[in-house]
Amino acid sequence: MAVEFSPQAEKKFEETLERYPNKEAVLLPVLHLAQQEFGVLSDEVLEYVAGLLALPPSRVKSVASFYTLFNIKEVGRYVIRVCYTLPCALNGAEEVMEHIKKRLNIEVGETTPDKKFTLLGCECLGSCNTAPVMQINDRHYENLSLEKIDQILDSLE
Amino acid sequence: MEEKILLKYIDIPDIQKMEVYQKHDGYQAVAKALGEHKPGDIIELVKTSGLRGRGGAGFPAGLKWSFVPKDSDKPVYLCCNADEGEPGTFKDHLLMEKNPHQLIEGIIISAYAVNCHQAYIYIRGEFYQPRKVLEQAIKEAYEHNYLGKDILGQGFHLDLSLHVGAGSYIAGEETGLLESLEGKRAEPRLKPPFPAAVGLFKGPTVINNVETLSNVPHIILRGPEWFKGFGTEKSTGTKLFGLSGHINKPGVYELPMGILLKELIYQYGGGIIGGRKLKAVIPGGSSTPVLTADEIDVAMDFESLQAAGTMLGSAGVIVMDETTCMVDALANLTRFYAHESCGQCTPCREGVSWMEKIVRRIEQGKGRKGDLELLLDICDNISFKTLCPMGDAALGPVVSFITKFRSEFEDHIVQGRCPIKKDKSIKGRG
Repeated sequence: MAVEFSPQAEKKFEETLERYPNKEAVLLPVLHLAQQEFGVLSDEVLEYVAGLLALPPSRVKSVASFYTLFNIKEVGRYVIRVCYTLPCALNGAEEVMEHIKKRLNIEVGETTPDKKFTLLGCECLGSCNTAPVMQINDRHYENLSLEKIDQILDSLE
Repeated sequence: MEEKILLKYIDIPDIQKMEVYQKHDGYQAVAKALGEHKPGDIIELVKTSGLRGRGGAGFPAGLKWSFVPKDSDKPVYLCCNADEGEPGTFKDHLLMEKNPHQLIEGIIISAYAVNCHQAYIYIRGEFYQPRKVLEQAIKEAYEHNYLGKDILGQGFHLDLSLHVGAGSYIAGEETGLLESLEGKRAEPRLKPPFPAAVGLFKGPTVINNVETLSNVPHIILRGPEWFKGFGTEKSTGTKLFGLSGHINKPGVYELPMGILLKELIYQYGGGIIGGRKLKAVIPGGSSTPVLTADEIDVAMDFESLQAAGTMLGSAGVIVMDETTCMVDALANLTRFYAHESCGQCTPCREGVSWMEKIVRRIEQGKGRKGDLELLLDICDNISFKTLCPMGDAALGPVVSFITKFRSEFEDHIVQGRCPIKKDKSIKGRG
């Protein structure tokens, strides 16, 4: 199946172009859009983006691989990012991580066999006042306890 | 109760909505700035106020603006740095999520001051909720003609766009931010030229932190003398202090510059969790040199902290109690910097990773004789040998941790194990 934006994404792309003086500058917003649209920024998707912006595919891949929020490898439907930088570490990030590892029966960096969850560690999420913190897809979950983590994971379809 | 500036209206329900914000002095500063002042006057007012950058470096904001050439043939840009990523820092998060119009108002006035017609807010990709709030607020500001063409009929036009980052600490370094905004890897640029001369899309560019810009409407509305009534002579105004770590009441506290660190921790932060003993404090975000429990009688302003051998930085205060293994804490921070190095400069790319490995092996009881000298030697070879301040940011904690807690590092090496009774459990605060 050929990679192509839906009409809605196409419209958003056109609108985004207007906000920047050149096409190259639109790369980050378009990669965000492509990730929303296709889930993973596979080589095919990156080539499609390169075509849209008239950039070499290698440039696009170099940029996509620089930033941690771009998924250039296959991930589950829910990407769990447990913050493990110092303020969270002082407040129990290790226990949070161990609990999720055990519950999902995967190691950090792995995806559950049903492709539902990917577990990652991440650096400071900028919510140190509510540590320990994790992010699942777009959303932050704060002041975590073991019970709370179970409730959150149970609530995800 | 101390008088507040930035957080004065933070608890007003729906203050993020235009109609509520307008009822609380909202956009009066824009009307005043555009109606009564010339751009140059605004720069002078902000200079007089003594407002210094709240992102970490503390550079005077008005002076920064005055470096923008008045006769540029290229468009001038304003970038609001909302890539808040320094561990221990979460104030901009709060300002954007709770009072987005205050920031937008600051951006409009600042853009007017430097003759800029296109501004960007570079917000870190992880901040989903603040982004949604800002998107809505920007939309409202356009609808009320505070943004767009001929603002309030004063002939000034300004477009404001949100640019969403994608997970990178170094994109918070100002030239890294510009690269990222131009659609590239966030690899910092060689300076000079400084952004005020050659910045975004090669145009003169001003880059200011969220908190810095949020102060601007208040200075315009109430005057620089009023603003100078807060804080110290050289560190004027209030500051948003972030308290995190082993503290009873973590959070953002707005207090005058110059408040004592001790007061901040015990009076405002409610002291150490579980009534334990304080061991160490990082006063201004993870890159600022650590202070011991005996060094907290220090005023939280740019000069006093510098005199104490550290920095105010982003004023993210990370508190560590007696159960903290300083080697483990340092291993955590060096991992952060090793991960976030953009990889352009060899001393930072290689050196910081080496530091991480060495500190980690000491923590695991596999440290070797001479490891501490080796670490300090690596620091020496990174210092001032990189394009951007990241290399020096990474070694701030290394040098200070080893200097101030040397015996703890040596005990790890000599005993071949961690001698600290650590508590790494989840801290509930009830």
